[in-house]
Amino acid sequence: MKQDKLVIGGHEFDSRFILGSGKYSLDLINAAVQNAGAQIITLALRRTNTGDTANILDYIPEGVTLLPNTSGARNAEEAVRIARLAREVGCGDFVKIEVIHDSKYLLPDNYETIKATEILAKEGFVVMPYMYPDLNAARDLVNAGAASIMPLGAPIGSNKGICTKDFIQILIDEIDLPIIVDAGIGKPSQACEAMEMGAAAVMANTAIATAGDIPAMAEAFKKAIEAGRSAYLAGLGRVIEKGGSASSPLTGFLKD
Amino acid sequence: MKVNGEAKPLKTEISLLDFLIKEGYQISRIAVERNGRIISNGEYANVILSDADTLEVVSFVGGG
Repeated sequence: MKQDKLVIGGHEFDSRFILGSGKYSLDLINAAVQNAGAQIITLALRRTNTGDTANILDYIPEGVTLLPNTSGARNAEEAVRIARLAREVGCGDFVKIEVIHDSKYLLPDNYETIKATEILAKEGFVVMPYMYPDLNAARDLVNAGAASIMPLGAPIGSNKGICTKDFIQILIDEIDLPIIVDAGIGKPSQACEAMEMGAAAVMANTAIATAGDIPAMAEAFKKAIEAGRSAYLAGLGRVIEKGGSASSPLTGFLKD
Repeated sequence: MKVNGEAKPLKTEISLLDFLIKEGYQISRIAVERNGRIISNGEYANVILSDADTLEVVSFVGGG
């Protein structure tokens, strides 16, 4: 059987679960990554306090690809600045572009995201833009050099599921890059649903961070994502609009 | 001098490397911007700070 790899910017991954590292204790990161089977983990960049002795990098298992985000950026210029600084820490060329200037819904600014993507792709970054699922914006991101497209399912941290389902499906059908559903996915069944739709991967943070048992929820997501992927590859059974369709033979039992 | 938005008067001349060590930063875990320009790790020793400088010292934290 052909190996089923996730390919982003020429890099291959077996796992289709991108794990966020926000809002939970450093001590749980290792277990969460292990249980998630995640090979990519997102990070944020912030001002360093001189008293900080623990650094998150010391808690992430070796071999895991780091995906710094540009959270805090309100426009393309700030996103580019954060991305360049993140690369300077020396953990690779991956960057998740996140440009937000709306503090109520935390919705991304597609226009500024496209601008930042274009600049950073030219500088050799593997650019993974977080975006509002809009086909025209996604096409512009492809042209700008994005390595994947990360449409939101619902507002960040909401755990509401894939409210933008129909529009994400359009991206999956029309865009020739990995579509990674990012933000809003609150439970394993929703992650499974995204994978059944044909998403290349799922990114989750809050769903894990706000769970009762963080490592156990990371594992539940892993299984759901694998199940959804298998279902997608198997090809879902058809849906009929009206009536039923017997699963058993329609010849009468004990009758001629 | 201003470091991460806070005033930090600089009384004597000091290299960026010595300043970062003195302040207790984990050198291998940070990135530094001086007056809006990134200073790469290898250059820390060659950069002499002045009281007019503005530094940003950043590192990774948890995030989604």
